[in-house]
Amino acid sequence: MTDTALYDIPGPRARRRHLVYGLAATVVILGIVAWVLYLLFDTHQFTAEKWRPFVYEGIQEMLLRGLGNTLKAFAYAAVLSLALGGLLAAGRLSDHRILRWTATLFVEFFRAMPVLVMIFFVFVALKVQPLPALVTGLTLYNGSVLAEVFRSGVNSVDRGQREAAYALGMRKTQAMSHVLVPQALRAMLPAIISQLVVALKDTSLGFLITYEEFLHAGKLIASNLDYGLPFIPVVMIISPIYIGMCMLLSWLATWVAKRQRRSLKTEAVEVAPAEPGTLLPGAGQIHP
Amino acid sequence: MNVLTDNWALYGKGLLGTVELTVYASLLALALGFVMASFRVAPVGSLRVFGTVWVTVLRNTPLTLLFFAVLLGLPRFGIVLPFQLFAVLALGCYTSAFICEALRSGINTVPAGQGEAARSLGMTFGQTLSLVVLPQAFRSVIPPVGSTLIALAKNSAIAGSFSVTELLGTYKPLNELGYSIVWTFVWIAVGYLIVTLSISAIFNVLEKRWGVPR
Repeated sequence: MTDTALYDIPGPRARRRHLVYGLAATVVILGIVAWVLYLLFDTHQFTAEKWRPFVYEGIQEMLLRGLGNTLKAFAYAAVLSLALGGLLAAGRLSDHRILRWTATLFVEFFRAMPVLVMIFFVFVALKVQPLPALVTGLTLYNGSVLAEVFRSGVNSVDRGQREAAYALGMRKTQAMSHVLVPQALRAMLPAIISQLVVALKDTSLGFLITYEEFLHAGKLIASNLDYGLPFIPVVMIISPIYIGMCMLLSWLATWVAKRQRRSLKTEAVEVAPAEPGTLLPGAGQIHP
Repeated sequence: MNVLTDNWALYGKGLLGTVELTVYASLLALALGFVMASFRVAPVGSLRVFGTVWVTVLRNTPLTLLFFAVLLGLPRFGIVLPFQLFAVLALGCYTSAFICEALRSGINTVPAGQGEAARSLGMTFGQTLSLVVLPQAFRSVIPPVGSTLIALAKNSAIAGSFSVTELLGTYKPLNELGYSIVWTFVWIAVGYLIVTLSISAIFNVLEKRWGVPR
């Protein structure tokens, strides 16, 4: 809380006031949590009957199979959208106008469309199985977004690098594959992983086209009358797993980003903080 | 081709449903996002933790799971509301996490020196916030908020599968009526393009008026 334009460093009285606010806020938050717990108990969500199905091996296997199907769709979608993204980015960076325009049109259209419209189109109009429909929709959307990430990554590499590569007599392909892409890849790795989180989250759309994924398995268990329709327990089991997976991937992205900020190669270009004492504009300024 | 001309009413209702969902959910997301952003920059520890948890959890929740939990789960607690309201709730809460992050990073782009200068001129906390910090933060926040709201409009398609009237859901009755499925989807796509392009046009105007001059 030190480096913000909002507050000064608090003095003793402000600190005491903040402590009071903090206590009040904690009480309110705990109150909300208690109310939710009360609702859960009040509607008998913790009865043994509703939690019994989860000790059965068949049910556990069903959940695991659903999770496996989710991960399978994610793996296909991730690999294919990385490939499509690379292809489209190459198209957008091409010297040939037709290629560039086609790629641009493709990317802009699929970025503006809801993923679900694509998935439903493939599923309903082209009448394919749920898994290929889901993977196609996810690939088209995430591939287009990744193409933009790749393109901006390559463009963000210092101009001198490209010029130096050309000066050494490299062809465009060589300059790309040996000089620009390796450097760009480092810079955009966090953005790529964040987009993969989106892909992982969107695999849950398969539920809407009856793909037998994680949510689908949950729905089957939840609609079982023998266990007293254990919907809330199912949600309480499924969401931590699903959210946990996405969080792990998100944390990987932030970890990579942090590691890069620390790395020697990028540290060498980091701009030193401005020294105090340069009151005149421009005086002692090296970097713009 | 005559899918559209034969079914103006149906498409119109769908488009209106999508626009309504988008507008209401946007308002909820902006309000909640603002509250959460102020929690996340507050000098009170427990509010900061609450804001952080809210954002981290919702950003990593698949929206379908949230819809699933809200639309099918809340009625189990005796909370019975129209499905459209549930959909607005789910969409608004989900998007509020992204709005919060956009607003917070906007506030963080204002250099600490601005606040220090305002305080050294004798401005109160309220004046510092409303005259110095927020106007500057607002400018840099326009583009990210715009793209978040476009994403919200696109995400509203999920609501159709939970029996809320919106654009994507119109394919079902049209399919049963025997219209060409490809053209049905072409017009649905055009509808979504209209919605997303209008939002981006609005935000382009805002950006031109108030954006950071580059």
